[in-house]
Amino acid sequence: MNKIKRETQELTVRVWRGKEDGKLVTYQVMSRENQTILDIITEIQRFQEPGLAYRFACRVGVCGSCAMTVNGRPRWTCRTHVKKVSHEGVLTIEPLRNLPRIKDLVCDLAPFIDTWQRAGAPFSGTKTRNDAPALVDPESSTRRAAEAGLQCINCAVCYSACDVVSWNRNYIGPAGLNRAWTLINDIRHSDRKQTFDQAFGDGGCGSCHSHGNCTRHCPIELNPSESIAGLKRVAFKGLPKDV
Amino acid sequence: MNPLRNHKSYLAAIGHRVSGIALALFLPFHFLLLGSALDGAQGLDRFLVYTDLTPVKVAEWGLVMMLSVHLFFGIRVLFLEFTRWPGHVNDLAGWVVPCCIAALFVGTVFVIQVL
Amino acid sequence: MERTLFLAQRISAIILGPLVLVHLGLILFAVRNGLSGAEILSRTQGSISWSVFYGLFVLSVTVHAPIGLRNILQEWSRISPLTINIVALLFALIFLLLGLRAVAAIV
Repeated sequence: MNKIKRETQELTVRVWRGKEDGKLVTYQVMSRENQTILDIITEIQRFQEPGLAYRFACRVGVCGSCAMTVNGRPRWTCRTHVKKVSHEGVLTIEPLRNLPRIKDLVCDLAPFIDTWQRAGAPFSGTKTRNDAPALVDPESSTRRAAEAGLQCINCAVCYSACDVVSWNRNYIGPAGLNRAWTLINDIRHSDRKQTFDQAFGDGGCGSCHSHGNCTRHCPIELNPSESIAGLKRVAFKGLPKDV
Repeated sequence: MNPLRNHKSYLAAIGHRVSGIALALFLPFHFLLLGSALDGAQGLDRFLVYTDLTPVKVAEWGLVMMLSVHLFFGIRVLFLEFTRWPGHVNDLAGWVVPCCIAALFVGTVFVIQVL
Repeated sequence: MERTLFLAQRISAIILGPLVLVHLGLILFAVRNGLSGAEILSRTQGSISWSVFYGLFVLSVTVHAPIGLRNILQEWSRISPLTINIVALLFALIFLLLGLRAVAAIV
């Protein structure tokens, strides 16, 4: 009873300090009602460790910049309540996996952003400002397929969760391939074939082993695994027709 | 256990992979043995006498299991990647245990037949 | 290239599925009284269907297995891409030559 009481009052938080060769440093933080992981990090930074580096912006799950590894899983720290993830009052907070570490909880997202380009991400339209806007039927199968993946905000949680990325840095990863799938289903995109060729090129969707970690960890419950399976089916069936 | 790997789909993927490696390494020897039949049945029997030894029987059982595991998990991968039906569960995690049971069934029949 | 290899591996897998099922059934049937050269050869020698069956088996394995090994080496080893391709091709060659020799020996 005494032990349980103590645990509810104080959390043991192990935080990654330094770069690749850094180490976990332990801090004690007061446990409070309705406390998020981001609240914990902010409290440590303000009152115990002013040099602690971490990223956040919106604090409400819109921007995706506060993603970190919490007890081994990538999460948005602003949308993760302590109660949901702490094991007996202990938390381990590290930067995202699969990305170069810059300092403490901050990692370099450049390799992740590059995968979007490699997946053929840029949209190129066919119409000019003088043309009427394209008519996209919201009920068409292509639009519904694109719709399912459109809300991605590039937080890199799926990229960090993916085992294939951890084994093969050449792999484009779930977010980039999900983007390619939405473009392939965008009838306004001028070169769907080119996007598909890039998404199925070196390190492309053929490398996915359907572990499903991307879908399991996406904070907004997108399904990159399904998008990648869609790309694989294109290899057999050709580009999706607008029906 | 790394929480990112503590799920059925990962078990299936690793099972599929490890069994595949085992089969790929075994297959050249299997072919070599069968090739000895170029000298007729005696050629084969030179090797097949060893199949009466218990360790060899255990190894054979292991290979039958590897082949079954690779087959059933492989079928799952094909369904996972290429088929969709209403209510399709994304990672077909529910198939993993039945695949293991199917492979164990084949292994058990093998044991019964050999004994 | 990656797309061709992906398709080749999945198509060979679809072919191998039923072949492996039959092969497993045959194994379970054949081991009941122990293995003997005479029994094996009496089944396969002169049989066009078994030679087609195992011929197709060897060809599919030649396509299927080296592509899988290539993927695994890319992910689980630090070997250079060129060396990995050479290793995969060597495996394909071994499967093809030894496999066809084995089929020729038993039919």
